[in-house]
Amino acid sequence: MSAPESFTSLPRAGRQALITGLGVIAPNGIGTEAWWDATKAGKSGIGRITHFDPSQYPAQLAGEVKGFEASDYLDQRMIVQTDRWTHMALAATQLALEDAQFDPEGKDPYRMSVITASASGGNDFGQKEIQSLWGKGPLFVGAYQSIAWFYAATTGQIAIKYGMKGPCGVVVQEGAGGLEALWHSRRNIIRGVDFVISGGTEAPIGPYALTCQLTNGRLSEATEPEAAYRPFDVAANGYVPGEGGAIVLVESREHAEQRNAPHVYGEILGYGTTNDAYHSKNPTPNGEHLARAMRLSLDRAGIGPDEVDAVFADAAGVPEADAAEAWAIKEIFGRRDVPVTAPKTMVGRLYAGGGALDVAGALLAMRDGVLPPTINLDEPAEGCDLAFVRAGARDATLETVLVNARGFGGFNSALVLRRTT
Amino acid sequence: MRRSAVTGVGVVAPGGVNREAFWETITSGRTATRKITFFDPEGFRSQIAAEADFDPRAAGLDDQKVNRMDRYVQFAVAAALEAVTDAGLDLEAVDRERMGVTLGSAVGGTMVLERDYVVVSNHGQKWLVDHEYASPFLFNALVPSTLASEVALELGAHGPTVVVSTGCTSGIDGIGYGHQLIQDDEADIVITGASETGISPISMACFDPIKATSRRNDDPEHASRPFDRDRDGFVMGEGAAILVLEEFESAQARGAHIYCEVAGYANRGNAYHMTGLRPDGAEMAEAILDAMAQGQIKPEDIDYINAHGSGTKQNDRHETAAYKRSLGDQAYKIPISSIKSMVGHSLGGIGAVEMAACALAIDRGVVPPTANWENPDPECDLDYTPNTAKRTQVDCALSTGSGFGGFQSAMILARPPELEEVGM
Repeated sequence: MSAPESFTSLPRAGRQALITGLGVIAPNGIGTEAWWDATKAGKSGIGRITHFDPSQYPAQLAGEVKGFEASDYLDQRMIVQTDRWTHMALAATQLALEDAQFDPEGKDPYRMSVITASASGGNDFGQKEIQSLWGKGPLFVGAYQSIAWFYAATTGQIAIKYGMKGPCGVVVQEGAGGLEALWHSRRNIIRGVDFVISGGTEAPIGPYALTCQLTNGRLSEATEPEAAYRPFDVAANGYVPGEGGAIVLVESREHAEQRNAPHVYGEILGYGTTNDAYHSKNPTPNGEHLARAMRLSLDRAGIGPDEVDAVFADAAGVPEADAAEAWAIKEIFGRRDVPVTAPKTMVGRLYAGGGALDVAGALLAMRDGVLPPTINLDEPAEGCDLAFVRAGARDATLETVLVNARGFGGFNSALVLRRTT
Repeated sequence: MRRSAVTGVGVVAPGGVNREAFWETITSGRTATRKITFFDPEGFRSQIAAEADFDPRAAGLDDQKVNRMDRYVQFAVAAALEAVTDAGLDLEAVDRERMGVTLGSAVGGTMVLERDYVVVSNHGQKWLVDHEYASPFLFNALVPSTLASEVALELGAHGPTVVVSTGCTSGIDGIGYGHQLIQDDEADIVITGASETGISPISMACFDPIKATSRRNDDPEHASRPFDRDRDGFVMGEGAAILVLEEFESAQARGAHIYCEVAGYANRGNAYHMTGLRPDGAEMAEAILDAMAQGQIKPEDIDYINAHGSGTKQNDRHETAAYKRSLGDQAYKIPISSIKSMVGHSLGGIGAVEMAACALAIDRGVVPPTANWENPDPECDLDYTPNTAKRTQVDCALSTGSGFGGFQSAMILARPPELEEVGM
């Protein structure tokens, strides 16, 4: 009987998915350690938009990755063929591979995959090309529009650059997609893949992308960074968008052990995802389905809530959504004061990049035994009486961390990570 | 291992906007490709497409849904309602916490994104666009996750909800995702498939400079010519198909009509080029062999191959090579067809429309033809079922897809062994 040269994609018992490399491009730090130092120090990367003049828009703040030069990582040919969102993903991939000391060259290409999340595609590239089309005519649309703008561009370019021929994917769940991409990577690891470049980035800070975001009714219109994105606070008034994210390398335990991987940050242990199916636009005030996602993730991990040492919150910044998450956390953990933090208060909401960045934060928190702080949280709103990590990073013994992420459209995801020793 | 059964099919496609009209179109060999009517295509290199004459109100959408949903979302909701009815699912009775939604789309909400862009930029005159002119649901168009969240909202599905966006393999990959959710016990029912509506100036314009689309503007009915010597590119289409996938035993227990089951699904990347294909078809062959191995399927078990068959020079050669590489001599004996010859290429949507065609082929014992096949191409020397449908028992159908980004996908649908006796 004919058989595939590589492997048959069926679930295999005993396969484990470990995280062995991290690459971060974030508004408060380029490079994993620079970002992590800033994050522990509570240093915000949010400011007035500089990519364009935001004066005419009601929301003028963003988490921009200042000082990011695509040419530090990519050749000119790649730069002109791709959008900033892909530039940042390719740069983060390079950093992650260096971190993992893994060179894909010469390895079995079918056992290496790329699975990223994207929420909005190549925004600035798309706006330039559509301006050419409507301003000048169809002949002025460039040849790269067809490969730069669409949501699969990042996965495709990474796979080609590194010669990865395994099952590749692109998932979209708005702000929850970064976690889904990691769990889908695990799905592929248990089906026989050994190495997955995963995570996500986003670059939504352009005039048209901002115009689109303004219509969701959730952006903060505050003009001072510390007044803007204040999840769980009495003064919560929406969120600030940000760019960047994290690329996370997921590897089978077998493969990581065989090559003696220098870092094993943790294991992807459990995951749950649900949908509120509540409204086409408004967030639900009810945390029931978020709580269910959290419970499913613990069940899948085979652990109880008492084994969770910290929660990285989704932290919507919209009062009713914050209340729903606070309710869900209390519903799962009961009276126990599990530490809760939201380092994304320093970068804004990164859409597909957000979940992946929080996973990087959770893994480094476990590595270093320290929880990064939540900034701009001065007075918790009613119902949001959780054990927040405020006023500076806090030492903590962390074996297991739960990461929450939600997306516009009722997406709820929760991922359980465990430190590997 | 948990298995997944196809118990419902819903389709919105050019040439007829529901399942039966679609089946009638593709088995009659009628082509739905025409000169573009949605906008004035003057000045474009390719000016033809397969447009669907879709009336959202006739499909059951009220005024508010029509207003807030982009056309590709409307298609998906209409097809989902048809599929759920076809499956005889009582939404009040099923556990909707175990009901997921996994849908594919390559370009998402581009129609609304473009419509609003034209207004806020005042016809492409402003980089700093005027946000006051944006419509209230523009963000829903920016994020293609809206496709899955709107279908979940329509059906009250609270399970895993995901959009898969792997270019032109999004349709197969969306269904494959749902299949894996059932295998892994993450859901018992998945509303799965794909939707795409890319007949708009920006989408047409993106394929012009790379000469991917057909320039046979004076003869649109015969422009989509997969595997024919005189093919000159694909013809843009639009469409959606939704399948209801159910965990096999529970579908059987409730006495559902089971069209077929997913016998195998696999995907690979070619790691070669964003738009180019190597002539040997090695990676697609690998995906086919993986899908076959999952269902322990031999080349002689396959009764029908539904090809990607986009009608570009490269693709049809690549795919023919992939079939020979994976199926050996049997590749010459299995009837193959590309329904893109009739309904065009709806990018991320078409993979699901093609899976719907496979489910119907198994159910009804008919292989749809490849229309417009007139002149053999020495590099495409297999049996492409030219122009006329073939009545034959189909117990096992393979469908393949190939997309920008290097994605190669394969899925096999098969009549479950326990239903073979009563099959025909």
